[in-house]
Amino acid sequence: MDELFDQFDIWSAFGQTIYLAFFSALGALILGTVLAVMRVGPVGIFNRAGAAYVNLVRNTPLTLIVTFCLLALHYQLKINLAPATSSTSIVDNGVRWAIVGLIVYHAAFVCEALRSGINTVPPGQAEAARSIGLGFGQSLRYVVLPQAFRGAIAPLASVLIALIKNTTVAYAIGVAETAAFMRDALEFRPDLSLMIFLLVAGFFVLLTMPLGILLTNLSQRMAVKR
Amino acid sequence: MSTSVLFDAPGPKARRRHRVVAITGGLLLLVLLALVGRALHANGEFAGAKWSPFADWGTWRYYLLLGIWNTIKAAAAAVVLAMSFGFVFGVGRLSRNVVIRWVSGAIVEFFRAVPVLIMMIFFFGVFAYNQVFPAAWNPFAAVVTALTLYNGSVIAELVRSGVFGLPKGQAEAGLSIGLTPGQTLRNIQLPQAITAMLPALVSQLVVILKDTALGTIITYPELLQQAQNLASARSNVIPALLVAAAVFIAINYLLTWLAARLEARINRRGHTAGAAIGRAPTVPGAPVDQAHAAALTPHEARHDAAHAGQQDRV
Amino acid sequence: MKTRRIGALIGATTLALALGACGSSDDGTASGGSSGSAADGDSIKIGIKFDQPGLGLFDAGKYSGFDVDVANYVAKELGKTNVTFIQSPSKQREDLIATGQVDLIFATYSITDERKQKVSFAGPYFVAGQDLLVATDSDITGPEGLDGKKLCSVTSSTSAQKVKDSYPGVQLQNFDTYSKCLDLVVNGQLDALTTDNTILAGYAAQPAYKGKLKVVGKTFSEERYGVGLKKGDVALCEKVNTALKKMVDSGEWQKAVDANFGPAGFKVDTATNPPKTDACS
Repeated sequence: MDELFDQFDIWSAFGQTIYLAFFSALGALILGTVLAVMRVGPVGIFNRAGAAYVNLVRNTPLTLIVTFCLLALHYQLKINLAPATSSTSIVDNGVRWAIVGLIVYHAAFVCEALRSGINTVPPGQAEAARSIGLGFGQSLRYVVLPQAFRGAIAPLASVLIALIKNTTVAYAIGVAETAAFMRDALEFRPDLSLMIFLLVAGFFVLLTMPLGILLTNLSQRMAVKR
Repeated sequence: MSTSVLFDAPGPKARRRHRVVAITGGLLLLVLLALVGRALHANGEFAGAKWSPFADWGTWRYYLLLGIWNTIKAAAAAVVLAMSFGFVFGVGRLSRNVVIRWVSGAIVEFFRAVPVLIMMIFFFGVFAYNQVFPAAWNPFAAVVTALTLYNGSVIAELVRSGVFGLPKGQAEAGLSIGLTPGQTLRNIQLPQAITAMLPALVSQLVVILKDTALGTIITYPELLQQAQNLASARSNVIPALLVAAAVFIAINYLLTWLAARLEARINRRGHTAGAAIGRAPTVPGAPVDQAHAAALTPHEARHDAAHAGQQDRV
Repeated sequence: MKTRRIGALIGATTLALALGACGSSDDGTASGGSSGSAADGDSIKIGIKFDQPGLGLFDAGKYSGFDVDVANYVAKELGKTNVTFIQSPSKQREDLIATGQVDLIFATYSITDERKQKVSFAGPYFVAGQDLLVATDSDITGPEGLDGKKLCSVTSSTSAQKVKDSYPGVQLQNFDTYSKCLDLVVNGQLDALTTDNTILAGYAAQPAYKGKLKVVGKTFSEERYGVGLKKGDVALCEKVNTALKKMVDSGEWQKAVDANFGPAGFKVDTATNPPKTDACS
């Protein structure tokens, strides 16, 4: 085990994975919320644009999206997310474009998770709010949205867990994260294959399982009893 | 879509306001599209030379159709193996034997927590190092193994939630006419659960199909890899990737449509006491809707399972 | 009733397919070990690269490249009329020979002491060296000119890493295949690509890149391409060496060099080429 840690920079690979996951999750939550608002809002053209985005993106492989970001947007259309002249331009552009790809892909699922949260609220709730004299804004604020957000916790949690695992796809465009470490390690130390796998798998289990248990707990505690 | 929960029927003033927003929004989207188009045009992406390869039979024969075939081949093999894996461990998790239940649970949870790509790279390395298969088979074998373990675990969860989703009376009826718990599971619960699962199984195909694209990283010549080979041969990166994306989207749309048809059919004909389990979320992650359903009482789970189908219908 | 039948059918089908899949994997390993040696009959299995233009390329149903030409010549000299080419990715070359899936390997296979532990080599039939591929208008003349530049590299290839170790100012872009690098070097998005000069020449000679890329021509390593064969098969090794000698003497070797490397404007280092074959052991 120590040999591996001496030979490879494992901590920076794990760190890169967490970095990718954190900023992608943040971005996907923002973009996904915007999309969800578009989809459930009253304006038809936004509904359709939001639906088109979700349907196109979630039927496309993430690997293709990430590859497209670097090869097409960065290298073909020459869009730089880091100064081209900087001494770390390749690394920075790789990481940032990977984050963009992860955001674009997962935003579609965040949008659907939020929408499903809204769908957990029975129409009777809004009707009841209206009938006791609450206005439109009031019924949204005090009755519908609180329930909708609670209903969205479980599906959002599953998107977050998927996102953490999906950061490995950044390896397709050469980002030095956990999958890259694993490929190198297997190449140069095939005798330690199983140990390498268990180390990496353990890292992901450690990252996702407590999160899963925590969020499932939270969603059950917050769940609206019906 | 329950927009009715969020909004009142718009009055004349609101309708006017909506129209204004719609027009501004529409214009904004058009401007965005125009900007993208201009950037592509400036880079010469609409030039005939970049698209003419797609009119050439050789491009399809040696690159794209070959890629599509390899993608479908890997996905099909994975789906068959994943189903067997899923049934074995799904039933294992329902076993009355604590050890079997615990081991099945641990295996399923482990493979759901490890990224598919990590498994793919691992098996690729192991197969090559230990000469498990003829060398040329290694990428295919690694892709199929990784997809099987992950999706098999997801299907195991579907089996479990399918059985939990049935009304309690089904199992009770089986036991009361003298069947053993095993017979009850085999003859009464599983057949109904499988029928209820069919739509979710079909939509799991979408996940598998998309994940075959990870094979490009371990040099499996699937569609994305072939598109990239085409791109370097004809130096048309953007058109090649766009065509590949269009093919993926078309196939996945077809599968999604099929899943919806199946679901509607099963719900209509009522072949099962439970409702059809909705199409699983196509994000390659934990299908929490189903997992969550299993944790609830059968009645709640039934409600949840029926609901999961609705929330994912687009 | 019908439901149950559907369920049973699905169960039975998956079970059958699962068993079938297990069975077929056994067949695979078995067939790997039982193939005949190169001495039998008039057929031979030769490992080449399938994706290396100028050396070993399988495109549009045809094999082409320098390795292929040499392989065909040697096969003919060995009296083999039925040649089967098998794809031999770099990592799997030792396994392919050890398990008898191929009889000979012509796949940019450098002779090294480490590899000699596992396989024997005939040849060498060419001496290549690590070099740089740059855009035609580039002013890079050698690895020392790379400081602060962007170099394209391929996953788990040591050639780019070696350059970075000597010139830490170099930035590496990692891809899984060299072909992804080419377009970017042509467009000036990346400055250079490094690996064996033969491989680079093959890329530069591809129709899509003709006239846009050049091989710098200053090698900084020596790669002696040998013919991989089963360890200890001295008889076969000697036959291959005789064939290689005959190829050089008859001028066929030069013809193959000109046909495959000529179009790229790549100058073969005549001080080391054509090489004398090593003694078989």
